[in-house]
Amino acid sequence: MDSYLLYGITIVLLLLSFFKDRKKTRMALKKGWKAFDNILPQFLVVILFVGVMLAVLDPQTISRLIGKGSGWVGVILAAMVGSITLIPGFVAFPTAALILQAGAGYMQIGAFISTLMMVGVVTIPVEIKYFGKKMTLLRNLMAFIFSFFVAYVIGRVVG
Amino acid sequence: MVNMIKRYRGFLIVFACIGLLSIFNRDIGIKAISISARSFVEMLFIIPPVFVLLGLLDVWVPRESMVKYMGEGSGLKGVLLSLFIGSAAAGPLYAAFPVSAVFMKKGVSFSNVMIFIGAWSTTKIPMVFFEFESLGAPFALTRLLVDIPGIIIIALLLAKLGSREEIREIYENAEKMGSGS
Repeated sequence: MDSYLLYGITIVLLLLSFFKDRKKTRMALKKGWKAFDNILPQFLVVILFVGVMLAVLDPQTISRLIGKGSGWVGVILAAMVGSITLIPGFVAFPTAALILQAGAGYMQIGAFISTLMMVGVVTIPVEIKYFGKKMTLLRNLMAFIFSFFVAYVIGRVVG
Repeated sequence: MVNMIKRYRGFLIVFACIGLLSIFNRDIGIKAISISARSFVEMLFIIPPVFVLLGLLDVWVPRESMVKYMGEGSGLKGVLLSLFIGSAAAGPLYAAFPVSAVFMKKGVSFSNVMIFIGAWSTTKIPMVFFEFESLGAPFALTRLLVDIPGIIIIALLLAKLGSREEIREIYENAEKMGSGS
């Protein structure tokens, strides 16, 4: 749904730009394409990794790892699974809801969702291309540690 | 041609590995390829507007106004704008990196770039709605309330931990990575 909105806004702005200045618009499209072309090889690698990961780690496997009573070990596992997987939100949330129903705790789900969003092991090579090794590793590491705090608070408030 | 192979060598290597994997475990190999194909189609659907907007931003928005609203010393205004733009985004996190390269090119401060990345990863509005539906309001609200200060703190820490030299290098690199000159 949100992608339609994004398309709508993009088309309106693009038309506006076109009527104002054709040359500039052509330049904008060229720049957009160049930025895309620059990073496409890395994107493709990420997509293949995601394919392998999702093939190995289906919801059943994940819920076995972070099921009921798995405690802090389960939280750590959930954080690790969340860090290495890259699942779009519209798959992740229903999956998380399923895992909850299957008996996982809120704390584990909190760690899973938080790391899923903030930590991207698979995309680290892409991130390094833009932010360098140090900043990329630091950002992911901090986000990983922070996710345990998120998990703890969610476990306290919701669980 | 040789150049092409060189650029896509990572892709080819991983692809070959999946091929090898398929020999040992057909099911997983086929599943991996079909999921990858599906994500590829998804990417082709979601990503083009992001890059068109990035191009338009690069061409139309003058550096001075980006610096004024989101640069060093833009204060709370810059923080809020970065949070808002990141939250209004769509697409996977890796699509945020090229956008942040254009931000850096335009003089957005490093901490604001990091806040933008944080918001893109955790507070995207369409995703949050979806989270409300799937996991309930208490879960989604709690996560948001913890995450928003969290991404700001992480961003400020990252900006502190990077030396001036390192951050300058990242900005110089962004000129190349963004969309060229």
